[in-house]
Amino acid sequence: MPFNLLVLACLLYVAFLFAVAFVVENRAARGRLGWLRSPVVYTLSLSIYCTAWTFYGAVGYAARSGLEFLTIYFGPTLVFIGWWVLLRKLVRIGRQHHVTSIADLISSRYGKSNTLGVIVTVIMVVAATPYIALQLQSVVLAFGVFATAAPDSSRPLDSAQIAVWVAVGLAAFTILFGTRNLDAREQHHGIVTAIAVEAVVKLVALLAVGSFVVWGLAGGVGDVIARIDAADLAAWQVQPGRWTGLIFLSAAAVICLPRMFQVMVVENEDEGHLARASWAFPLYLLAMSLFIVPIAVVGLERMPEGANPDMFVLTLPLAEGQGALAMLAFLGGFSSATSMVIVESVALATMISNHMMIPLWLRLRPGAAAADDLRQVVLMARRLAIAAVLALGYGYYQVSGGSGALAAIGLIAFLGVAQVLPAMIGGIFWRGATRTGAILGLVTGLVVWAYTSFLPSFGPGAVLSARVFAEGAFGLAWLRPLGLFGTEAMDPMIHALFWSMALNALAFCLGSLLTFPGPVERLQGAAFVNVFEGAVGPQRWARGQVEPEALLAMAQRILGEEAAQALFQTAARAQGKDGFLPDPTPPFLDSLESRLSGSVGAATAHAMISQLVGRATVTVEDLMAVASESAQILEYSARLQARESELTRTAGALREANEKLTQLSLQKDAFLSQISHELRTPMTSIRAFSEILTEGDLPSATVARYGRIIHDEAKRLTRLLDDLLDLSVLENGAVQLTLGLASLQGMIDTALTAARATRPDREFLVIRDLPTEAIYLRTDADRLAQVFINLISNARKYCDAARPELRIAVRQRAGRVTVDFIDNGKGIPKDARRVIFEKFARLSDANRAGGAGLGLAICREIMANLGGSVAYLPGQGGAAFRVTVPLRLEVLAA
Amino acid sequence: MRRPRRPLFLARAPYRRRRLRDAARLLPVLGLFLLLLPLLWTPEARVSLTAGDVVYFFAVWLILIALAAAFAPGLRGGDSGGEDED
Amino acid sequence: MAAHVLLIEDEPNIAEAIRFLLSREGLRVSHSAEGAAALVLMRQDRPDLVILDHMLPGMSGLEVLTALRADPSSRGLPVMMLTARGRDREMAERAGADRFMTKPFSNAEMIAEVRSMLERGQDRQ
Repeated sequence: MPFNLLVLACLLYVAFLFAVAFVVENRAARGRLGWLRSPVVYTLSLSIYCTAWTFYGAVGYAARSGLEFLTIYFGPTLVFIGWWVLLRKLVRIGRQHHVTSIADLISSRYGKSNTLGVIVTVIMVVAATPYIALQLQSVVLAFGVFATAAPDSSRPLDSAQIAVWVAVGLAAFTILFGTRNLDAREQHHGIVTAIAVEAVVKLVALLAVGSFVVWGLAGGVGDVIARIDAADLAAWQVQPGRWTGLIFLSAAAVICLPRMFQVMVVENEDEGHLARASWAFPLYLLAMSLFIVPIAVVGLERMPEGANPDMFVLTLPLAEGQGALAMLAFLGGFSSATSMVIVESVALATMISNHMMIPLWLRLRPGAAAADDLRQVVLMARRLAIAAVLALGYGYYQVSGGSGALAAIGLIAFLGVAQVLPAMIGGIFWRGATRTGAILGLVTGLVVWAYTSFLPSFGPGAVLSARVFAEGAFGLAWLRPLGLFGTEAMDPMIHALFWSMALNALAFCLGSLLTFPGPVERLQGAAFVNVFEGAVGPQRWARGQVEPEALLAMAQRILGEEAAQALFQTAARAQGKDGFLPDPTPPFLDSLESRLSGSVGAATAHAMISQLVGRATVTVEDLMAVASESAQILEYSARLQARESELTRTAGALREANEKLTQLSLQKDAFLSQISHELRTPMTSIRAFSEILTEGDLPSATVARYGRIIHDEAKRLTRLLDDLLDLSVLENGAVQLTLGLASLQGMIDTALTAARATRPDREFLVIRDLPTEAIYLRTDADRLAQVFINLISNARKYCDAARPELRIAVRQRAGRVTVDFIDNGKGIPKDARRVIFEKFARLSDANRAGGAGLGLAICREIMANLGGSVAYLPGQGGAAFRVTVPLRLEVLAA
Repeated sequence: MRRPRRPLFLARAPYRRRRLRDAARLLPVLGLFLLLLPLLWTPEARVSLTAGDVVYFFAVWLILIALAAAFAPGLRGGDSGGEDED
Repeated sequence: MAAHVLLIEDEPNIAEAIRFLLSREGLRVSHSAEGAAALVLMRQDRPDLVILDHMLPGMSGLEVLTALRADPSSRGLPVMMLTARGRDREMAERAGADRFMTKPFSNAEMIAEVRSMLERGQDRQ
């Protein structure tokens, strides 16, 4: 048959698969999957267990080793007919915890440890890469069969070219349908349906070839059985160890293979499908292997000596001139290879991106988690991972040169993925399994597997030197890869299986027994192991040992008194106990819980009643439920956050204002007592001395002196009252300004003179730059001078330098004049600067020097009235105040 | 996690369902036994298998599938309630 | 021997008035305008009575009183506190003041209080 026709058929077939996947994806997007979600599709998709290795290789296997190939199907059969024990739990856990891959399952079970996720991913990738290479090889071999069968073919394709095109095509298909969207459950309806179609094609192809062989070439069933008996007996021997070991191995693999986990657990739509698949999938396997032995026997009889038995499925029909049948067989093998590669790369890409690429990306770009384009990043990571997985497979195929070494790789890969088994089974059945145990077991298993099975598969001298094979690593005989601890007599496969699984399980158990799990780990462990408990439907209440009064008290707290009492009365009437409290019967507790959950959420309601009814310990399920409710609340509050941040700002401003008010109010209180003190002090002197004077009979000098004191104190009292009055007038804006042209220099002169009355004992050095002061201002000269006096007096009072200095600096710009008063004291503490201009503000009592704390407040009011300002000038060495005043004050509302 | 006041004896239908689950659990054990049985027929290390064995294996296989198919409807959806108690 | 009164008051005019009144009554009056100095003075020249202003620069009247009560030698010393504000009394009472005079006070009252405090002090001794 023409080679081009074969290529065309291939392309048409692939186009057909694209179309199927495309249509299904579109239907899924519209939520109209219908019969596509049936158990039939689920069962058929499970058939990716049968890869090209089984499609072509089973016949070869049977031709070489007799019935042993059956063990590869017996393992899965036992697992599936025993689905109630293991698979059901696995699927339930997968659905309940939204498990996305086998690495995710392990990592999630052991406290969401990404380390474990990475380890499992590495194991899976290492084990799957040769397996993918095997699929590519089978397609290349099949093409090769046709190429040699048709030597007249116009375009004999180079085998490397074929492998490249197959790999690229598969990558394209997988990326297209495997990364269309990000589903929380990582389901890919298009791919699953395409896989189901391929499952039908490969079954039909194998059955067709088998029927042709049995009824076309041989003389029916009886004849075939006779021929089997007549076949070379030596080849039909079975080693009991291998037989048992391989059943175990294939049983482990069907659970642990990434692609099987993907279709069995992740893509599962309905747990009921598993019940159907429990017998339908073994039936599919039986059908797939039904004709293997006849094909092998007839092939061995008919085909020339040295013909590759792996290709009997193709070469038998070709040799008999059945071109169409051979084409069908080719498509069957092609389906087996492609479906395996597609699902495997999707499963591996999910693991690689979820456990390696995304964590790494988030670590490199810590802010990225918040960005909303994370979906795109994940999808891109998936695509890259798919391409990488296929590139690895292709690379392996190229490096291994498509040699016969690949034939053994199927079992080696099985053993590799089986290393996950102890951690997985232990994780879902044993609460005591810990993360450390799982890590130890996995790493031990990985190392032993690599050393005894994977690396030796390349042959002596490839990775492990011939010396290591002969003498063991480091020259230690008991470390020989094929004879650990002196067990060379074992079959190499069984040797590797025995030691890797034994040491793996041992490390896992010991590690788990000796370490203590963290809280998340324990929580997850309990949730996984007890996945069936209480999760199905609402838990019913048993009649509890609870006082109805306590229930009523709790209900009243949540529902309010009236509603709670009404609820209890209704229940009591229903129980025939009108006028009393109802008994805590299960129905009543259930109705109470549902009523409460309307107010406080299901998990909380359940936990509250639990505590009262006597199941005092809140169960793990409760905690999980509370957690998921909290998650919902968090999501909701995230939406409120935008509004909240605005509120926060407003609240912040309010708080600041409030603080200021509180402080002012405190100052006001302080001021009132201060003013009281200030008023009482002169009055005390006045009263005391006037009483003394009233008594008479004093020397006249004393009378004069006491009279002067009374006079001074009276003046002090007046000044204080004046200040208060002044401030009140200024604050109310009722001040009368007397505007006129005045010399700044003159005003400063006046102020300096006047301020000398304050602490006249102090020698004060005043530094001025007279030329700069030659400015005439249009302002209220008396008021401005009052401000200057105040500032200079303050400096005289408070400047604590040993040789006090006051620098007065004048500057003029843009119609405004600034006058700075800078002393060389220690200045005003930072926190006090905010309040010094506030009315009633006064620094500590230590600085008290007769003032009532009104000076600066008055200054500020005056400057506001003069259209200027007075402010504290920080960073000048001492206390520094800047007075800013307009050159020409225009009174608008004169 | 034994719940208080569990009835000691179950009604007939739940009882049947429980026994069906036991059977489902035992089925893979039975299968394994039957699939390993031919190895015991001859005591030598290497066992020759004949066409009769082929027929035997496929017959066992088919029986196991038939049993699983018979159990499946009764097990499906009946997984509420206690797992470990009888 | 004349009883000795220590006056701690920062307002010079008030201090002068009190000194005049008490001297005329035959009491010996020493004066300090500031708390820390008064405490030193007290140790040298043990008074029979302390008149303490509430509002003092530096060390406040309350602080002086607390320090004074903490010292075993002056724990039982009668102290009269001069306050301007009623609610300061509470704090002063807690700190251990014996009597209070609210400013402005009447001279006669002041003299009578000092007398009664001194007499009581003598009874105790």
